[in-house]
Amino acid sequence: MIERLLKLKQMTEETIQGINDMQTLNEVKVKTLGRKGEITMLLRGLKDLGGDEKIEAGRTANEVKNSLEKLIEEKTEQIKKKELEQRLKSEKIDVTLPGLPLESGGLHPITQVTREIKEIFMGMGFTVAEGPQVETDYYNFEALNVPKDHPARDMQDTFYIDEEILLRTHTSPVQVRTMEKMAPQIPVKIIVPGKVYRKDDDATHSPMFHQIEGLVIDERITFGDLKGTLMQFAQKIFHADVRVRYRPSFFPFTEPSAEMDISCVNCQGEGCRVCSHTGWLEILGAGMVNPRVLQYGGYDPEKVTGFAFGMGIERIAMLKYGINDLRLFFDNDKRFLTQF
Amino acid sequence: MAVSINWMKDYVDFALDPHELAHELTMAGIAIEGVDEKDGDYLLELDLTPNRGDCLGMINLAREIAALNDSQIKIPEHNPQENGESIHNYIKVEIADADLCPRYTARLIKNVKIMPSPEWMQIRLINSGIRPINNIVDITNYVMLESNQPLHAFDYDLFSPAKKILIRRAGPDETIVTLDDVERKLDEEMLLITDNDRPVALAGIMGGQNTEINENTVNVLLESACFKRTGIRKTSRKLALRSDSSVRFEKGTDINGVIYAVNRAAYLMQELGAGEVVAGICDQYPEPQIPRQIVLRPQRVNYLLGTDISVPEVKGYIEKLAFKISEEGQDLLVYIPTYRPDIEMEADLIEEVARLYGYDKIKATLPRGNTTQGGLTTYQKFRDYLEDLLARTFNEVINYSFINPRYFDMLLLPDDSKLREFIEIANPLSEEQSVMRTILLPGMLETVSRNLARKNENLAFFEMGSVFYPHGGQPQEVLKVSAVVAGKSKLNWQKNNVVMDFFYLKGILENILLQLGIENLSFEEGVNPSYHPGRTAIVKSQGIELGIIGEIHPLVRQNFDIKPRACAMELDVNTLYELSSHRVMLDSIARYPAVERDLAILIKNDVPAAAVLKILRDCGSELLQNIVIFDIYEGDQVADGFKSMAFRMTFQSKERTLTETEVNTITEQMLVKLQNQLQASLR
Repeated sequence: MIERLLKLKQMTEETIQGINDMQTLNEVKVKTLGRKGEITMLLRGLKDLGGDEKIEAGRTANEVKNSLEKLIEEKTEQIKKKELEQRLKSEKIDVTLPGLPLESGGLHPITQVTREIKEIFMGMGFTVAEGPQVETDYYNFEALNVPKDHPARDMQDTFYIDEEILLRTHTSPVQVRTMEKMAPQIPVKIIVPGKVYRKDDDATHSPMFHQIEGLVIDERITFGDLKGTLMQFAQKIFHADVRVRYRPSFFPFTEPSAEMDISCVNCQGEGCRVCSHTGWLEILGAGMVNPRVLQYGGYDPEKVTGFAFGMGIERIAMLKYGINDLRLFFDNDKRFLTQF
Repeated sequence: MAVSINWMKDYVDFALDPHELAHELTMAGIAIEGVDEKDGDYLLELDLTPNRGDCLGMINLAREIAALNDSQIKIPEHNPQENGESIHNYIKVEIADADLCPRYTARLIKNVKIMPSPEWMQIRLINSGIRPINNIVDITNYVMLESNQPLHAFDYDLFSPAKKILIRRAGPDETIVTLDDVERKLDEEMLLITDNDRPVALAGIMGGQNTEINENTVNVLLESACFKRTGIRKTSRKLALRSDSSVRFEKGTDINGVIYAVNRAAYLMQELGAGEVVAGICDQYPEPQIPRQIVLRPQRVNYLLGTDISVPEVKGYIEKLAFKISEEGQDLLVYIPTYRPDIEMEADLIEEVARLYGYDKIKATLPRGNTTQGGLTTYQKFRDYLEDLLARTFNEVINYSFINPRYFDMLLLPDDSKLREFIEIANPLSEEQSVMRTILLPGMLETVSRNLARKNENLAFFEMGSVFYPHGGQPQEVLKVSAVVAGKSKLNWQKNNVVMDFFYLKGILENILLQLGIENLSFEEGVNPSYHPGRTAIVKSQGIELGIIGEIHPLVRQNFDIKPRACAMELDVNTLYELSSHRVMLDSIARYPAVERDLAILIKNDVPAAAVLKILRDCGSELLQNIVIFDIYEGDQVADGFKSMAFRMTFQSKERTLTETEVNTITEQMLVKLQNQLQASLR
């Protein structure tokens, strides 16, 4: 009996060794260890044995059963592991295929640059002010120290609705509107983004374009403060080692007035086509708020001073993104828009 | 204007090479655009700001160079030898309109010999962009370039026998043939030089043909005058006629420089053997102008610039400009020469000090006052967020605010449409850009059309921008947002792209409104002439209209040359903002299990889904958490005029586990109501 048990164990072990799938293994399990399996069958002969032999045979039968159960368990693990490996292998995908495109829109480059400029100035304590695009002659010109028939009106040919109403030629009217609202409170620290209009349409001019304007009014605001503020801006919007220079200029609403140049972002000041071989790019106009404009806004120029600046957003965007044709901004070609 | 370096050396000494000089002038506010070498000379290309018209004169530019280089200017010889006769025997001058002509002077040159001017003078004129004509005319131009004072030479013998110059406004139907052979129709705002009987020059702009210097001219009358800039500007614009003379008068000339200029020209004529100078000058100057006086406070200079420039230094910079100064205690009283009309107040003088000190030497600082909290208002943040949401799907475009009025016809808008009440530009660049938009849609359709023409397909665009409604005076500006789609969503290798149709657009809109916290949406069948009559909805939230969504009417598409179907929406941004909830309140997450039920019904196919959903929601009350329409079918096995609709509903209670019976009761109620109210039946 013991011999037959051990023989069965040996044979079964050999069979299990060669099995590679769960089904066969289960069959062997049933055949050997099941209720009607070989061990059960053999154990039926126990009742014919007696004494020590019966005890001995019973013990051996248990050992064989446990050993085989353990072996089958191990084999099961092994097969499952192998099956998983195979499944994973069969599930291999081409990870180089493109991902599924879900959303494909984007903000216009002008919006993106405007937001970037706003962020920089908001970080310096500026709030964003806005105003109407269709303005009165008063806010667009008179209150900015540009009386009727002033030669400075030639600098910006204007679209008129009637004698008194026009499309604003710059964002500066919002300076006066803000001052009127705020005076005599200080400090005033605003930036003004928006659409502006000039009667010009060629390769370098669009009849509608975007400006962003800044105004600071407080006690003891100096030209040095203007320089420092705009220097920070230039370094943030372009790069940290951009160089800046200021040249005297003329705007009716500032005095003294300045034009700010930055070292060419294309050639770093070496001189190239972008900067007409000067090494410098003109990017914004600025100056100390003209005392008359402060008065129009309701402030006493002896008590407060201020600076203002303005720039074309298209110009900044063109320099940032290497765009060489202004008209692309309003052409709205999908092939252009999807690049930003 | 180009300035010759060699010529400039007649008026001022400087050691700088032309490029250094160009840089120095540029950094002092006299922008030099370029330096060109020509025949051993250098030409500086000037790009003057409008306030520095004085630098169109070489001598005034020389004053700038002298101030920057601590040198002195050299005023050229200008005292002609006069003959024994008196000009007053030859001509009289009367100014009738002194408001436009505050000063008029004249000299007479007799027995002139008309011939070409010397070569050196011709070269200088050519380099300055002026065509040499003859010695007399060339000298007048030469002196203008030198002094910035325009001069004019008349043939004295062609004057009418009155021999009198009368300066007056033109009469109602008066005309003049100018030197360029054009007959100009004048109006009563335009100033004329007349010989008492007829116009002989359009004052300050161009001479008349009738008294032009010609090869037979014997006696020359030289005019050196001052005309008011606004008058010249108006006339020049009205007639679309600009000249070297009008440009200078427009920018302002030196009323006290007219004598110098007429003397200098007379001197050159005599010196070059062109004629003899009659003694005396006719000078009509009713109200002599004295130099302006401005108080300059050195401490204010430093206050405004943030500098620490000493009083003697401030004084030094003003003296470099050769302005006279007298000290008044702490302050300086500065006499502004009349050739610098741009200096009107203290701030202008501070700019003079600053530019001579050097803008780049002023230390960069940051404002020291109270710090302020920068940032956006909630409305501004809302707009940025809305843009961001739209930009997930759509490419943002920027269309012009002015449109073609023909667009209103192309949109099939009826004659009485409110949208046809627009603001018109009085002086548009073209008809296509002549009215302010009252609606974003046409710009969007134009953009779609332009892209399609370039074979850019599958388009999804949005724009946020103002429209303009007449409002008496300034128009009302209303911010709108519009989106348009045409074609299919992005193609991919799993081939599951979809047609961007009404439901595609509506799905995005619903999602965006959800993100903005705009609730209780309804889409009601709408009628709009630009949209497909059966595929248009008015979008509402809490009963308030947000805007419109729909498929573009095929005839409108045809008008804009758009072949594929296109859908669009246009919504009012401010209304969206008003209805958006800024606060999110967490809805507690249910702990009890949910029960799902599917329901399929047959219903007449003209019953809108909204009607069915309303009944289901009413019956389901708060236990009905969610409904999805997962199938709509018409065709085989469904009777004509009917459709099958299938709903999946999720029931859940926050207080307990729902029983089968409870849910069954609800669904039975739903069926009864659907049958009674909408004649639907269970499928």
